[in-house]
Amino acid sequence: MNKVSKRFYLYFFLTSALVAGALSFYASSQPDGLEKVAEDTGFLDTAKDSAVSGSPLADYGVAGLENERLSLGLSGIIGILVTALVAFAVFAIAKRLKSGAKN
Amino acid sequence: MLTPKLHIPDGFVNLPVSALFGLLSITFVGLALKGAAKTLDDRTTPLAGLTAVFIFAAQMINFPVAAGTSGHLVGAALATVLVGPYSATLALTVVLGVQALLFADGGLSALGLNVFNLSVIAVWVSHFAIVGLRKVLPKTKSGVTIAATVAAYISVPLAALGFTIQYAFGGTGTIPVGTVGTAMIGTHLLIGIGEALITFMTVSAVIATRSDLVFGWKPTLEVRS
Repeated sequence: MNKVSKRFYLYFFLTSALVAGALSFYASSQPDGLEKVAEDTGFLDTAKDSAVSGSPLADYGVAGLENERLSLGLSGIIGILVTALVAFAVFAIAKRLKSGAKN
Repeated sequence: MLTPKLHIPDGFVNLPVSALFGLLSITFVGLALKGAAKTLDDRTTPLAGLTAVFIFAAQMINFPVAAGTSGHLVGAALATVLVGPYSATLALTVVLGVQALLFADGGLSALGLNVFNLSVIAVWVSHFAIVGLRKVLPKTKSGVTIAATVAAYISVPLAALGFTIQYAFGGTGTIPVGTVGTAMIGTHLLIGIGEALITFMTVSAVIATRSDLVFGWKPTLEVRS
């Protein structure tokens, strides 16, 4: 990878980190479209807790961190790092399928 | 908590229908894994991974749409124009998987429903919209950006239609599907405006700096072998 690409990818990543780690604090806390429709039309009560609702990162917070800004921001940073790890693994596998198909 | 739930929770749709969409989603993601190979090279693979990262981050920003309602990016059209439909399906699926497993956002049994609506419907609607619009729009960077923007707008209510179909077959609530569908599509016609704006801004920025990496900027959109 050349220097220009490296810088481009670095900016792309840093923008994501800024959005997930800092700007996310200023997001609207109103229910999203689906939740609002479920509430208004009357089927929101059919929702069940996720089996992983006890996850230390559940609902975009870090368990034990009282400060909301810190808790949300850190969960966002963890989120993009895990997404990066999984995504790069998946795309590495997909790319390997190509070289496998050529043989 | 500040960030509302973004995706379909467990319970809205019964287990048999959730399982059926789980199987459909596995099939499409498997095909995407094979298809993505044709478009991935040493230059575009990092962009595909970073597209997933950016979408995870952007989905944390709920924007207000109407009284008491927020919306958030899906990112299907954005991913499709940047890395092509197969890699877009994979990127969205990774995001949904991380959100469901780690952040308890979107149910586990509902994962197939969410993947089908966002990684399959929204992505392929975006792809066909982009291919179609590119034929009639100027062959310029602005043309590609506008194609992605319009695709973004269309993809959101169609993903909402996906949920409506799932609710029609397996909804556990007693609310008539017509009522749910009208509300879902109506609300998401508004949310689509935010999707279109974010897509426009992001694609404009990327295509201005690194159009050589953008899948949708290629002269022909080769997704078939």
